[in-house]
Amino acid sequence: MSTKKTLFDKVWDSHVVKHVEDGPDVLFIDRHLVHEVTSPVAFLGIKNRKSGVLFPNKTFATADHNTPTINQHLPVADPLSANQLKALEENAKEYGISHWGLGHEKNGIVHVVGPEYGITQPGATIVCGDSHTSTHGAFGAIAFGIGTSEVEMVLSTQCIMQPKPKKMRINVEGELNFGVTPKDVALYIISQLTTSGATGYFVEYAGDVFENMTMEGRMTVCNLSIEMGARGGMIAPDEKTFEYVKGREFTPTGAAWDKAMAYWKTLKTDKGAEFDKELTFSASDIEPMITYGTNPGMGMGISKSIPNAEDLEGGVATYKKSLGYMAFNEGEDMIGKPIDFVFIGSCTNGRIEDFRAFTSIVKGRKKADNVTAWLVPGSHKVESAIKEEGLLDILTEAGFELREPGCSACLAMNDDKVPAGKLAVSTSNRNFEGRQGPGSRTLLASPLVAAAAAVTGKVTDPRELMKELA
Amino acid sequence: MAYDKFEILNSTAVPLPIENVDTDQIIPARFLKATERKGFGDNLFRDWRYNGDDTPKSDFVLNNPTYSGKILVGGKNFGSGSSREHAAWAVYDYGFRCVISSFFADIFKGNCLNIGVLPVQVSPEFAAKIFAAIEADPKTEISVNLPEQTVTLVKTGESESFDINGYKKQNMLNGFDDIDYLNNIKSEISEFAKELPL
Repeated sequence: MSTKKTLFDKVWDSHVVKHVEDGPDVLFIDRHLVHEVTSPVAFLGIKNRKSGVLFPNKTFATADHNTPTINQHLPVADPLSANQLKALEENAKEYGISHWGLGHEKNGIVHVVGPEYGITQPGATIVCGDSHTSTHGAFGAIAFGIGTSEVEMVLSTQCIMQPKPKKMRINVEGELNFGVTPKDVALYIISQLTTSGATGYFVEYAGDVFENMTMEGRMTVCNLSIEMGARGGMIAPDEKTFEYVKGREFTPTGAAWDKAMAYWKTLKTDKGAEFDKELTFSASDIEPMITYGTNPGMGMGISKSIPNAEDLEGGVATYKKSLGYMAFNEGEDMIGKPIDFVFIGSCTNGRIEDFRAFTSIVKGRKKADNVTAWLVPGSHKVESAIKEEGLLDILTEAGFELREPGCSACLAMNDDKVPAGKLAVSTSNRNFEGRQGPGSRTLLASPLVAAAAAVTGKVTDPRELMKELA
Repeated sequence: MAYDKFEILNSTAVPLPIENVDTDQIIPARFLKATERKGFGDNLFRDWRYNGDDTPKSDFVLNNPTYSGKILVGGKNFGSGSSREHAAWAVYDYGFRCVISSFFADIFKGNCLNIGVLPVQVSPEFAAKIFAAIEADPKTEISVNLPEQTVTLVKTGESESFDINGYKKQNMLNGFDDIDYLNNIKSEISEFAKELPL
């Protein structure tokens, strides 16, 4: 057997407490992130079993999924949401877990604040009761979503039991075209693999495109790994990663930093290490993407027309049901379709670079009258940066308002719900039926595509507007 | 939380021959606000099952009295999307103990195994056979035998074996869960933690 190891092998193998015969590995977890929605039943479990929390300093709690994005200083109106938020606060207090609740200066979406404060580090195993935990793979961490039973396992024993997934490497080589963002790269890969194409695998992203990508771009790509069925995705840490991590609140300092760096620099796939599957795409094939159906795999270049069922793999009935829900027809163009809502935010695209991209297009233009726009920063830190960099002035001038941080319309657990039948261009991660509110229709896209839609009131190729700027 | 033991389940089944059934359909996010594991079955497939005014949609299979049973048969890539264990809870709470599909999303499958719902992955051909059998006779009996790891159409005797790792199989047969296992090796875990680089 080859002794060459992949990045994934190195991190996984070093965290295996023991292997259960004819069963899973017992995997040690370095960082556990919890939020209000998937944790209460886990805390009930440790109370019932009287098991306690083994390492409270390895768990970090923040409120994000059901929180309102306006008037956060007021009591939360929805009693069920308020109850969950209160439960998180009380549980965190009882077990000595750090808690960045609503109103806390460090509050924000769990996958945005983790990296911001240096909780996310290369070579770590990171879990959270949320499938987009894959975001943290951008740092060369093994990060993935878990169920509530597993949240309880991590609280009480800092371990979970999982079989080691298979390994896939996805290379994207070359240079990205004008107007193509990390979101487009991810939506392109998912459209090629389908939503189940990477099920059973953990993905490593490699090649020119990811090497040249910013840390925030890498987070967007890794975030969407789950949408092709992968447990997670990761990118080998490099100088950009170390530079990003350095000096943050939970980042090691002094001798501990030197020790960490020595470890982190070993975190790359050995030459000759084997993957169960390897795919290579060319950056030049990717254009700004948009989805037209009810799963993230139903995406295409924005200039293309909706495929015919007969030209696709998979069930024709399911495909037609999906287009029926969207009220679209095979062969139609997406460009020019009137839209009703624009949402920029979420753990996928709620960071400062996303708001810079959005603002670059709306600058000097006006929000279209037929569009309701929700601009929701991923955290208070992002919110502050939007203000400090002067983006807020530009957005206000263009007729946009900035809301307060949270998951918001990505999953519409709070009041930010797209009404039935309305069409939204969204920078979030899922276009499932009803995801943004019962009966809502979602088009997933990049912040640039969202901005172009927000100012024109219809699906518009952002490159047209960017050319005018250039 | 331990669950009822699973050995052999003989039951009629409810067919849902749709691909990529995601966890937002199984249980929409707005029904995730409980702080206890109670009542999730009421909202299983909420938006496919009920109209906006809470009246049942007569064309949805759960509202069709012709179909019932403790087995749900879903299309390919069942349970994709979110990690919410609430989806598996909803399936269990509604009364299903087994989901059959030709392909499962990872996290949903793991969640099912952790709470006592048996995910049975069959070949696309056998899945098609099951759907056809239920369509021909909604009272088609299916036998899911965990000790033997087989799923059988009782009337015709057509059968296929399914995979499950030995550890999870023992858990299901005994109603144990991973938490019991891990709580028993806590001292080993604490020793291991001392050697970690981070």
